[in-house]
Amino acid sequence: MASDGPTAGERFLRGLIPENPVYRQLLGMCPTLAVTGGMKTAMTMAGAVAFVLICANVLTSLIRNLLKPHLRILVFTLTIAAFVTIADRVLAYAMYDMSQELGPYIPLIIVNCVIICRCEVCASKQSVVVAASDAAGQSIGFAMALASIAAVREILGSGTFFGLRVMPEAWPNWGIMVMPPGAFLTLGLLLGLANWIGAVREKRSGAV
Amino acid sequence: MTEATDNNQQTDTPPRAPAGAGPVIHVAPSPHSFSKSLTTRWMMADVLLAAAPLVAWAIFQFGAEALLQLVVCVGGCVVAEAVFTAMRGRCPLGAMKDLSAPVTGVILAMSLPCTAPWYVGFIGACAAIGIGKVVFGGLGQNIFNPAMVGRAFVMICFAWALAAGGYVQLDEETAAAAADPESGMAMTAKEPLDVISQATPMDVLKTRIKDRKEAAPTTSPARDDESPVALSRLFLGNVNGSIGEVSTLACLIGGLYLCWRRTAAWQIPAGVLLASVITAGLAHLGGGGAGLSMADFVGYHMFGGALMFGAFFIATDPVSSPITPKGRWIFGIGLGLFIMLFRTMSVFPEGVMFAVLMMNAVVPLINRWTIGTPVGGPVPERK
Repeated sequence: MASDGPTAGERFLRGLIPENPVYRQLLGMCPTLAVTGGMKTAMTMAGAVAFVLICANVLTSLIRNLLKPHLRILVFTLTIAAFVTIADRVLAYAMYDMSQELGPYIPLIIVNCVIICRCEVCASKQSVVVAASDAAGQSIGFAMALASIAAVREILGSGTFFGLRVMPEAWPNWGIMVMPPGAFLTLGLLLGLANWIGAVREKRSGAV
Repeated sequence: MTEATDNNQQTDTPPRAPAGAGPVIHVAPSPHSFSKSLTTRWMMADVLLAAAPLVAWAIFQFGAEALLQLVVCVGGCVVAEAVFTAMRGRCPLGAMKDLSAPVTGVILAMSLPCTAPWYVGFIGACAAIGIGKVVFGGLGQNIFNPAMVGRAFVMICFAWALAAGGYVQLDEETAAAAADPESGMAMTAKEPLDVISQATPMDVLKTRIKDRKEAAPTTSPARDDESPVALSRLFLGNVNGSIGEVSTLACLIGGLYLCWRRTAAWQIPAGVLLASVITAGLAHLGGGGAGLSMADFVGYHMFGGALMFGAFFIATDPVSSPITPKGRWIFGIGLGLFIMLFRTMSVFPEGVMFAVLMMNAVVPLINRWTIGTPVGGPVPERK
């Protein structure tokens, strides 16, 4: 079964840019918009998603031969929910303030489409090694996407990066950037940029 | 609409006239544009011309700061238009010819306070052209009024510069007066040397209503008898506010010129004024009159804020307003209602910007509801 599909290395590389969960698949929009007001929250969210995604992918891959087609989404969701609960409790124990700040968005990882999508597309069909590397690639892609949006929003909106001052003192904070409209604007403009880069590269490779 | 007018310029000479076939009958599909003055460029030039009294008054009233704001906004819009059009792979100079960027710049500048720092105007201009217009595909494709998108952007970004407090440039004396609630601040100011140090008329009204709500039985009747600022001063524009909105007279002169030239659809300002007069009257009857007489209260709402400027200059943007006469009435009336709703019910003293943006969003719906029946009966539905 492992033979009919991309190899582990391919899966890993695809997750970074060509099948980036945010910029290419437009999945996981809820955390992308909600927690990217600052780098700290965005990276915590990316870490939590990475943990849940890798664990869920590995477990799903292990039980892939037991899955019944009509019950698979239910099994995926329950698997994910188990790991999200672990992540939520660990976060509340180790980083209480961050856990408070992220609020409902950690439990909401359960319905993050990136994870269900990877379970469905890869883990339920391929071996554990492929599933794990796929999850790792997708997590890194997701983290990079969150970081790009959060960097723009935090630098423009607060003049800081990871809480450190990067802009001059006279920098007027663009209040809109740390608020919800800023998330939509930044995501839209960065998506446009990503598409434009993709189009330019395609044209260039087509010309050669 | 403007683009359509451009594309359907008169075909003066039919492509192929058979030689010696008698008089040539000109046949062209509708819409027929029979006025040379209704091109995009002329309409935009008209708006600039109509804004001249406002600009003149703004510079007279607020001095060099208003001029600086104007230069920054217009310059920012022109630069942004050139950059963003070039990014879309179009010729920047071609897009510049329709004069729409300077119009956006002027309207944006007129809607900002003169005390706002230069970067507020510049960022607003870039947001207006970039997010408000070019992202949608350029002039004629934008759903929202670009100038109002730019203003909303900087309003949320730099609330300190544009919310009510931003208009008041406090010197130490008035700051002390403001800190003391008993002094009644700008309301009792007789003849301030510098209008910039007063609160804006709409802010005064808002504070007044709030005061009365909090201490309704104890408000001294002496304070209620006088109108916060005489209506004649509001009409002429000898008050504080966004640099273009203060003078009702200048707005009327420019606005009536626009309506006469048919650059602006007269139904829209008519609808706005009608609806807001009625709503203000109802608000007064409902007890929200802030202790003013009915005429004063309604006049205050008419002349005090950006209503006149919004009705004549902002709402009449031909791209983001409905194209049918009936639709323009609906648009204007809805706008008037929303403006008054925001002014009386929301935390903001003024609501023209948000009202315009909200009504812009429903313009496609209005257009669909009010579309006319073509000659020869309705088009049968295709199965």
